[in-house]
Amino acid sequence: MKTYATRYERLIAEAETHEMIINIGPQHPSTHGVLRLEVITDGEIVKEVIPHMGYLHRCFEKHAENLTYQQTIPFADRMDYLASMNNSHTWVMGVEKMLGIDKDIPKRIEYIRVLVCELNRIGSHLIALGTYGIDIGAFTPFLWCFRDREHIMNMLEWVSGSRLLYNYIWVGGLYYDLPVGFEERCKEFIDYFKPKMAELNTLLTDNQIFISRTANVGILPLDVAISYGCSGPMLRGSGLKWDLRRVDGYSVYPELEFDIPVGKGEMGTTGDCWDRFKVRIDEIQQSVLIVEQCLERLQKDLKRTPDFDPRAKLPKKIIPKAQDFYFRAESPRGELGYYFITDGKSEIPKRVKARAPSFNNLSVISEISRGILIADLIAIIGSIDIVLGELDR
Amino acid sequence: MSFEEIKELLTTKFGTEIIIREESTGLQNALIIQPDKIAEVCLELRDNPNTYFDLLECLSGVDYGIEENMFGVVYHLASISYKKQLTLKVIKYHDRSRESLPSFPSVVSVWRTAEWHEREAFDLLGIHFENHPDLRRVLLPDDWEGYPLRKDYKAQEYYKGIKV
Repeated sequence: MKTYATRYERLIAEAETHEMIINIGPQHPSTHGVLRLEVITDGEIVKEVIPHMGYLHRCFEKHAENLTYQQTIPFADRMDYLASMNNSHTWVMGVEKMLGIDKDIPKRIEYIRVLVCELNRIGSHLIALGTYGIDIGAFTPFLWCFRDREHIMNMLEWVSGSRLLYNYIWVGGLYYDLPVGFEERCKEFIDYFKPKMAELNTLLTDNQIFISRTANVGILPLDVAISYGCSGPMLRGSGLKWDLRRVDGYSVYPELEFDIPVGKGEMGTTGDCWDRFKVRIDEIQQSVLIVEQCLERLQKDLKRTPDFDPRAKLPKKIIPKAQDFYFRAESPRGELGYYFITDGKSEIPKRVKARAPSFNNLSVISEISRGILIADLIAIIGSIDIVLGELDR
Repeated sequence: MSFEEIKELLTTKFGTEIIIREESTGLQNALIIQPDKIAEVCLELRDNPNTYFDLLECLSGVDYGIEENMFGVVYHLASISYKKQLTLKVIKYHDRSRESLPSFPSVVSVWRTAEWHEREAFDLLGIHFENHPDLRRVLLPDDWEGYPLRKDYKAQEYYKGIKV
């Protein structure tokens, strides 16, 4: 028997004559970005999926090794561009922990950070749900989700000055305090948004066509999910209550009340595409609860005062002492981690590694899509909810 | 299990020379493990009922600088059942010669997460992993020259006629 250097070579060389190798992507809307899937097919059955990434590689880690911590925040924003707030929040918390100033951050700043992160999480999940609908042929939910997300974008633009890449959360503070009237407008949005979610549920979640396309498709067993390092809605969809907001209890999350939704296999088997979808729907509802609690605190005991300066605690020079530090937090897609190596002398880290949730979540795709139909493969890609900016970094 | 107990568990199972040294400068302690034994150590930590480190959170290749010529791999493990984290490291000297790459055993057989992470370390830092099933570049093009995250990296001038 011939031996091959890599599994990829073997798969391509040993493809049989009646099998066809098809490239899906990199320029295809159902791949959610510039992902290329090399699919070995037998008729309409998928035999093997080989993902090819890197089309959006922008050298995040190389940049981070050449810039100060504060200067890297905009680059961290650009990793997962649908949830920039969560990315910079994780980065900032990691640096603050290394400096030992994480306990000195005023409560109002912490609550504002959680508020904008949860708003961003809702926006990110709305995109995931809407585009998932369009992937398998439901056009209307896509427009509805984008319409509602637009309100979040407008609010975050009002806060930070930009619509997608905010650079709002800084080490030791914030760019600015919330604009006057933000809390009230956010409250209005929540009141408007709650019935819209019920509408979306009737249109998509409980839709029989949608259920037929997603239930019992792409079943991800829990042991496989853990072995591949899946996290976020992927892991929770498989039935494990694992949310770093609760496990690590960072920032002010221990003071807030919310549940961790998990997949229960209501429509089919636990860990199928519908479960992952449902987890995201439920998570939006939990994020709405968190936003409400934050707003209440921000309007009552943590009310803005004329002398409040969110930049008061910004460190002049950020030089953490020599150490290795890994910090993880829950982004909308799962466990986002930054690994820092610092030498204690310079303002620039020696090495930074970003552990992106999409990178690990996607790696499971060839495992769960052997022997399925090509149409189901599209349903699986959509249910993983990848963001290529973060995958390729 | 506490950090000390994990140390004791490893030394009783694999002998005292398994832990080369211990790092406790920062907030997270790390164990530096003998490079050849890392896969066995990981398997033990995953399967032992007292540790159950079933999640490999992150695997990072590291180039420790031009003067030292040391290369390493850092493993961040997490235990779901015990809600614990642990950092392991392996470090090796390599003279940066072009003929060979620094090489460590692969832990793909322990956690499948490692497959893509090790490919990434190979891609960006030129660290070879023994017994890896599919060691190819993952983020950069297959015909890219050099390893960008190495400290002595110089980008090629042209790539397919395009100025880099």
